[in-house]
Amino acid sequence: MNWKDSFSTSIGKKLQMSLTGLFLITFLLVHCYINMQIFYNDGGTRFKEAAHFMGTNFVIRSVELGLFAFLILHIVQGLLLWAKNRSRRTVKYAVSAGNKTSPWYSRSMALLGTLILLFLILHLSKFWGPNRYSQTFGAGELDLYTMMRDEFQMTWVVVVYVLGCIALGWHLLHGFYSAFQTLGLGTNKYKGMIKAIGVGFSILVPIIFALMPVAFYMHWIQ
Amino acid sequence: MEHYNMNLTLKVWRQKSANFKGHFETFKVAGISSEMSFLEMFDVLNEQLVAEGKEPIAFDHDCREGICGMCSMYINGRAHGPWEQTTTCQLHMREYKDGDTIVVEPWRANSFPVIRDLVVDRSSFDRIIGAGGYISVNTGNAQDANALPIDKQKADESFAAATCIGCGACVAACPNTSAMLFVSAKVSHLALLPQGDPERNTRAVNMINQMDAEGFGSCTNIGACEAECPKGISLENIARLNREYIGAVFSGSGESKS
Repeated sequence: MNWKDSFSTSIGKKLQMSLTGLFLITFLLVHCYINMQIFYNDGGTRFKEAAHFMGTNFVIRSVELGLFAFLILHIVQGLLLWAKNRSRRTVKYAVSAGNKTSPWYSRSMALLGTLILLFLILHLSKFWGPNRYSQTFGAGELDLYTMMRDEFQMTWVVVVYVLGCIALGWHLLHGFYSAFQTLGLGTNKYKGMIKAIGVGFSILVPIIFALMPVAFYMHWIQ
Repeated sequence: MEHYNMNLTLKVWRQKSANFKGHFETFKVAGISSEMSFLEMFDVLNEQLVAEGKEPIAFDHDCREGICGMCSMYINGRAHGPWEQTTTCQLHMREYKDGDTIVVEPWRANSFPVIRDLVVDRSSFDRIIGAGGYISVNTGNAQDANALPIDKQKADESFAAATCIGCGACVAACPNTSAMLFVSAKVSHLALLPQGDPERNTRAVNMINQMDAEGFGSCTNIGACEAECPKGISLENIARLNREYIGAVFSGSGESKS
């Protein structure tokens, strides 16, 4: 068996989900750290500096291409797996175990992922899209800080952002641990540690993200 | 424990064979003792059906002491009923009260086609075992068991994995109908021992390929299998199977036997 064939087996597909998921987790950390600069409440000076670096650095822009490739692979492979797995039980149970044998969010990864995708489409169309468009067609970088301040005055935008972060939190609560389990690290020795870090990450990172629109909306930062 | 009798309503899945559509049928049973096992309650019901001239309900059973893995019943949404680490034959009627309604379904997975009523065909598991769940032994006398030193912890983990009775509750409980817990137990109990080491790479690859060929779903680490396993097989075995498979594929030594 060639190692390339392994990508088409059930474990190979799991590995794709795991590795792309871990890359997206790393991205979340970086994105969160950069955006946290707004909490200095310095009129966006530090944030703009960081955003300028991320938006213009050659290496970062190259990794951005990889990020989109992995994001699309994660979405497509995830939905394919979901559809395939669902088709394997044609006659459904009349009574199901529900939450007695497994947590609801572990069974709802495709649904949570779809909600995150819908949020992402809105999110990219508000900030990343206009900025790259402006950069590409000569108008230069946009002032993302001012854009955030304006966008997050709209109640519906803030509500959608908070809901997106909640979906992300539940998705991570399963995904973080699951990625390591797929890599074979879910042994009794490490399982507790991985789960603990996963829970911390899944609570902390979405809360920090959600605080950004909320802080602008409540005028905690100017 | 106080003994009592109860009257129950049972909704049981009836299906002539894999080619026929199934349906639920409702039965009343009276005077069931709290000291009966769940299968004995089914014996009472079947005797009643035979006396009435009706077709008795087909269900799998053999040892009735929790070691054969035959008694595949999905009871009120739970594989082998609500008790932890038990098979259906070990479930006793003291779990239920007078007047209860119990829904009994077969294992539902396309890889486990229904043979009749509650009996399903689990030969897909046999074919997975046949693909690599063994040790090739040359002819000659058996070696003395103590000739090979084995790490105590590994011996214990191997034994824990070897307690898998191949009942299929993991597949029945999994929302994806994944057989990973079963396959991981069968790979683990051999991979942990020196006797299983020489064939570990081909074993992992061949058994996973057969598992996929049988049409089982893929594992998404939900954990319902571990919660429902009558033998308490741990998810740690799935992590080990993942490692075995990754190691075999990327070392290039997982050559499939043709």
